[in-house]
Amino acid sequence: MEIPYTYKARPDTGLYNAKVGIWLFLASEIMLFGALFSAYILLRVTAPAGFWPDLALAWPRGLLNIPIGTFNTAVLITSSVTVVLAWASLKMNNFARFRVYMVMTVVCALAFLGIKSFEYNDKFSHYVVRLKDGKSLTGHIEVDGRHPRFWNFDDQWSVAKLTEKKIEKIKVEVDPPRDINGHVKKHEGHGSDAHPAQEVAVSDIESMGSYTPATHPFFAVYFLITALHGLHVLVGALVLAYFAFPGAKMWKSNPEQFINRIEVGGLFWHFVDLVWIFLFPVVYLL
Amino acid sequence: MSLKALHIVFVGASVVLMAFLCGWAYLAYRETQATDYLVWSLCSAASVVGLIAYGRFVLRKLRHISFL
Repeated sequence: MEIPYTYKARPDTGLYNAKVGIWLFLASEIMLFGALFSAYILLRVTAPAGFWPDLALAWPRGLLNIPIGTFNTAVLITSSVTVVLAWASLKMNNFARFRVYMVMTVVCALAFLGIKSFEYNDKFSHYVVRLKDGKSLTGHIEVDGRHPRFWNFDDQWSVAKLTEKKIEKIKVEVDPPRDINGHVKKHEGHGSDAHPAQEVAVSDIESMGSYTPATHPFFAVYFLITALHGLHVLVGALVLAYFAFPGAKMWKSNPEQFINRIEVGGLFWHFVDLVWIFLFPVVYLL
Repeated sequence: MSLKALHIVFVGASVVLMAFLCGWAYLAYRETQATDYLVWSLCSAASVVGLIAYGRFVLRKLRHISFL
């Protein structure tokens, strides 16, 4: 017996099975991301006044790279346009153009992930170093002539680990003065003095931590939401790449169902992009 | 809701985001006097206009496709 409404719309609802399925799935996704957004906003509004790292429990400001975030937003908006154009091309019976637009969508997804991993790498090698005299330094560190890398957890340093490895000094490339949005102030951070390296004796350090989840709730919730979103981008890109190449065989055997599949894939992709449209202003700008 | 309808919602949300970014960058410009923010604000304003024009184009181009 054939399953009904796999590609023909059910007359009373006007929907085919997969469209009902994807909307139920997206409803559960909205609840998941909604809970995480709520967690972020509650942590943000209940944090004490002032800014981290000057005040340990206050919320940080200007730590994320807004130009990169804006560029990534443009990349995702472009990918939503190309996925719709791919679907519309199939509706107009133009398979070659569909494939071009689909490949463009996947390239945008990979570009987004590449840029995001660059941002992650920057955070994993960026440290706050609190000294015993009460001062704190922020910047990228160098231990034994090497910058920590985010894919290597052995590169994450603490005072205890430095002492254990008998390392006496580290270098901190101190951040240039920035305005409240993280923008480097003019005439204060350009040229060779942009990142003055300062040697710090390990014996003078009270505590230190990278810009990672263990250091501050902001990083915990930032990494959780953006990594979960990145995972959705990755899965979406894999599905769309499958439709563009091996899965495209269906275009010959059952074009109507294939067009429906692209529509369902496109709905998921739009959801992922919409999450970013909310995520970007909340996490980067506010 | 079809992909066409969600795309229109998405373009609407992008317009709101870009308008917000435009205002945010303008306020940052007034606060810091850094010209980068002014350029940013103008680019965001241009994006708002571009996205609205694109949204109208999509509505016209896909008028034969249902919103359901």
